[in-house]
Amino acid sequence: MYNLLRLANTKLPEDIGWAMEAASGWEQNQIAYTQLGAIMDNVKKAEHIGSPMCQDTGIPVFYVRGRFDSSIGKDIAKAVERATKDIPLRPNTVDPITRENCGLNLGPGMPIIHYIPTDDDFTQITVLPKGAGSENMTRLAMLNPADGIEGIKRFVIDSVLDAGGRPCPPTVVGVGIGGTSDVCVSMAKEALLVPLDEDNPDKDLSKLEEEIFVALNGSGLGPMGLGGSTTCLGVRIKKCACHTASLPVAVNIGCWATRRASAKITANGVEYSQGVKF
Amino acid sequence: MHIRALEYVKEGKEVPSDIEGSVLFHCGPIMVQRDNGKWSVVAAGPTTSARMNKLEPEFIRRFHVRAIIGKGGMSKETAEAMKECGCVYLAATGGAAISLAEGLCRCTGQEWLDLGMAEAMWRFDAEKFGPLIVAIDSNGNSLYEKVSANLVRP
Repeated sequence: MYNLLRLANTKLPEDIGWAMEAASGWEQNQIAYTQLGAIMDNVKKAEHIGSPMCQDTGIPVFYVRGRFDSSIGKDIAKAVERATKDIPLRPNTVDPITRENCGLNLGPGMPIIHYIPTDDDFTQITVLPKGAGSENMTRLAMLNPADGIEGIKRFVIDSVLDAGGRPCPPTVVGVGIGGTSDVCVSMAKEALLVPLDEDNPDKDLSKLEEEIFVALNGSGLGPMGLGGSTTCLGVRIKKCACHTASLPVAVNIGCWATRRASAKITANGVEYSQGVKF
Repeated sequence: MHIRALEYVKEGKEVPSDIEGSVLFHCGPIMVQRDNGKWSVVAAGPTTSARMNKLEPEFIRRFHVRAIIGKGGMSKETAEAMKECGCVYLAATGGAAISLAEGLCRCTGQEWLDLGMAEAMWRFDAEKFGPLIVAIDSNGNSLYEKVSANLVRP
């Protein structure tokens, strides 16, 4: 699990790197081009020296899937503590009222772990280190079902454009549609785990992803909000059923450094991946 | 450190004199303390400057900050204080923490570590630090405002 945290923090997932390289190929704005160049240069250096690519190593959000026993939470906490000291990660967690920092990225409710028990014969542990710049731009709207697909599109585009340069564009835009308010926000974050080079099997959602992607990159916001045609690297949407009187929509933005890694533990050993199959 | 510095001024306590006329970098770095007790920087990209909007106008006027390095831009009130004091806002590339750390060649001290690594005040000598873009100039012209005014919303 320590290795998982190291991998996630020091190496950008390939699909995101490819999207960035493709973007810098068509970017015409000089300032934007400089920003993309600085980002790619930084990514290479971080991987080479094995240091975190961004100083905001975030709050590590874990997803544990498959077969596991209840002690896994303690093991994850130990790994977070070790990673904080040894990689090192920045100690980010504080008491929300006193703002006291324990220095270990732990504390009540930490680390955040989502458990998904299945009948599979493996355990898959996925980590998504989530920095505050992008997380602070999270939005939830309980839309009127009559607002429909246009309402969803409007809300997602406005959320990203209103965030401006704060979530470190070019961003990955995670969207949740449906569920209850809490599930909707969770889905928006989980959507960031879906690789950018994987087609959305739902044709309607795939079309919506494409339309939002085109609109955002035509907006002129650009990298870091300094102008240009690279505002977004990809849009990922997840949906689930909801109440007939509701249309919840949530947006969870991933900065350009949308970091993710997963470890699949089987009887034969551990297999690491950053193109998470979730 | 913004809150602490301004509180100290109000309470008449001594504030580190080198804040006066300094270049302020909005950054919560990852630092490590070496065996000899000295600190060195691991990663240091800019943090979201808007978080400091509430305190920055007073901070700029009180300490005559020469330049602010950050990301995402700042409020009209902050730009107004910058204009009064001849201060500029320089945009660094968010997340480019390793490249920017290379430009911070020496950590020359720190204050208020009790605030935590990210919120403490760190002193650095910088060389070949960047790239930096003048995003708000000393006349209050803001690139962010220009981009935002021209945004295309379908």
